[in-house]
Amino acid sequence: MKFRGKIIDVACLNHFTRVVTTISKLTKMCVLRLTPDNLFFVLSGKVANGGVGMWCELSQANFFDEYQMEGVSSEDNEICLEVTPENLSRALKTVQSAKAVKVKLTKKHCACLTIAAELPTMSSISRVVTHDVPVDVIPRRLWHEFKEPSMPDFDVSIYLPPLKTMKNIVDRMKNLSNFLVMEANLNGEMNLKIETDLVSVTTHFKDLGNPPWGDDASQDGGPSQSRDPEAMVQARVDIRKLQQFLVGQQVNPSKAMCNIVHERVVHLILLHEDVSLQYFIPAVA
Amino acid sequence: MDCVVTGGNVKVLAKAIHSLSRIGDELYVEPQEDGLALRSVNSSRSAYACFLFAPLFFSRYTLPSGHTFRCKIAIKSVQAVFRSVATLEKTVEKCHIELDEQKNRLTFTLHCKHGLMKTHNLSFQDSESLQAVFDKDSYANVFRSHPRVLVDTVVHFPPSLEEVTVSVSDDRMWVRNHVEEEADRAKAMLTELCLASDEFDHFAVQAHNSVTFCLKELRGLLVFAESTGLPISMYFDEPGSPVVLSVTDSVLEGNFVLATLSDDPNHRKSNTRRACTPPPPPPPDDFMNDDMDCYLIAMDTSVAPGPSATGPPTPPSADSTCSKQSAAANHRTRLHSEEEEDETAESGRPPNKKFCSLFFGSVHPSSQMTTQPVTSQEVLASDSEEDGQ
Repeated sequence: MKFRGKIIDVACLNHFTRVVTTISKLTKMCVLRLTPDNLFFVLSGKVANGGVGMWCELSQANFFDEYQMEGVSSEDNEICLEVTPENLSRALKTVQSAKAVKVKLTKKHCACLTIAAELPTMSSISRVVTHDVPVDVIPRRLWHEFKEPSMPDFDVSIYLPPLKTMKNIVDRMKNLSNFLVMEANLNGEMNLKIETDLVSVTTHFKDLGNPPWGDDASQDGGPSQSRDPEAMVQARVDIRKLQQFLVGQQVNPSKAMCNIVHERVVHLILLHEDVSLQYFIPAVA
Repeated sequence: MDCVVTGGNVKVLAKAIHSLSRIGDELYVEPQEDGLALRSVNSSRSAYACFLFAPLFFSRYTLPSGHTFRCKIAIKSVQAVFRSVATLEKTVEKCHIELDEQKNRLTFTLHCKHGLMKTHNLSFQDSESLQAVFDKDSYANVFRSHPRVLVDTVVHFPPSLEEVTVSVSDDRMWVRNHVEEEADRAKAMLTELCLASDEFDHFAVQAHNSVTFCLKELRGLLVFAESTGLPISMYFDEPGSPVVLSVTDSVLEGNFVLATLSDDPNHRKSNTRRACTPPPPPPPDDFMNDDMDCYLIAMDTSVAPGPSATGPPTPPSADSTCSKQSAAANHRTRLHSEEEEDETAESGRPPNKKFCSLFFGSVHPSSQMTTQPVTSQEVLASDSEEDGQ
């Protein structure tokens, strides 16, 4: 098992840092899966995580100037590590001015992802800082838990309004209730609702648009085809989970959308040219 | 006492008080013939700081007539006088510090622009003189650098980090975060920074030691040093004896004395290893060695080489034990020669004590030269105080 990547370009370093920081806002621990072409940050939707799932995919070529890895074996050419994204984020944040940053898997007091940076100095010799972030190597028998989640058989898919707007609304709603109802229809309308004994608040969005999915997606086929475009599907979610997702957004997505399975799950997708982030929030009764 | 500070010196004074506030809750004020001494110590007496402003720092400096005066004030209330350093710089033209003997108040008057005057009457308590005993000139390792070098170093460590370990070889300095418990090491992120000797203005190493001390107070001094642009000197010896950080100018002197972790058994191995055999000089530029093989980890059981490995616990050889003892002996004799009373304190140290408290004395009123190590004094804080942590 070997892994070493090197980032020289400042913009790439900055972008990578923002992605990792976004992940760190979403979860304390997650799995970093390394393949020859991609890096994945994965949180499997287990009960221990409150049912929240995450899948973030980065193409290594867009971030790393050098990238070498050798997986567990030639047929399983992957490395799976449990990491604390907060630590990675902190380490990366302090080396933003670096001439070059290396991320490598090392064996120190324990297995570590070592972030080594060469910092510019006044002297002839560069200053080197290393951050050893402890990781747990995940054995192959557990890898099946960290495969890409399948697209849920959603009832409605809709583009999200600007995330900042959504965040402002959700932040205020959080003061009133612990749960929020997200509802949307095929007519490009979405509502964010809270309902308590004392107050009901709804924010209406319209003309958001519904993303066209291929034939295999449920929206164009099966029962949903006959769906009334005005009919709302809804999911009631823990407002903190949604807020976490909105607060962490450091990456400006080119597309942000949301799939809702009626009373089952909210599936948020952010697409950026070289990063994609999916986030699953289970509905609560 | 009657002193007047004008112009940019008001900001210097304000910054000094802010950095003293990182140390303790009380500000000890003592007007001396050689200048105004402002001092502070933390509650566990493991950190002490002193600024001495020479009479030339002031545009007027007169000592209290007839008798010596010294007092302590809650540092928060002094900080309140100089609350916003930014506006202070723009608006305050003159600061007048005066002792009002009738009312028993220390009066700070800020003369601002447009004839505005702010007067703060602070109550105070009489106090004995606060004086840490240290002799930085006898220390084996001396460094001096522009504050920027250290500011850029500490920025890599999280604000929550309490202690750092500084290790030196002939031409390098390593700064690492200190992780207390062996159990935490598996979880904690370890950060290590390597500074080359030519980043320093002065780099003199006689003993390849490593010392661990609190970062908070260092950060406090850095705030002061950075704003005044004064180079910081760092003096240290062996683990357990304090590290001294100082800034000097023609009109002021600041000394921060911080206790270091003593050589308790958990750390002895790595410390003695460093003391006896300096870390092998790293390759010219570790970072540029790009052989893929270096990063092989393959989950084997061998330990990675290199200075960044936090030290495989080497079995303490006869050699290291011996030099350990001699180091301790050295320490004792040095203390002994400086200060007789400390010997008892030293031997009475409980084994689990982590930070050595500093040695403080109450200076007899007759003694004037308080910036010098004092010869006869009473120990205020014995070494065995249990609140070191």
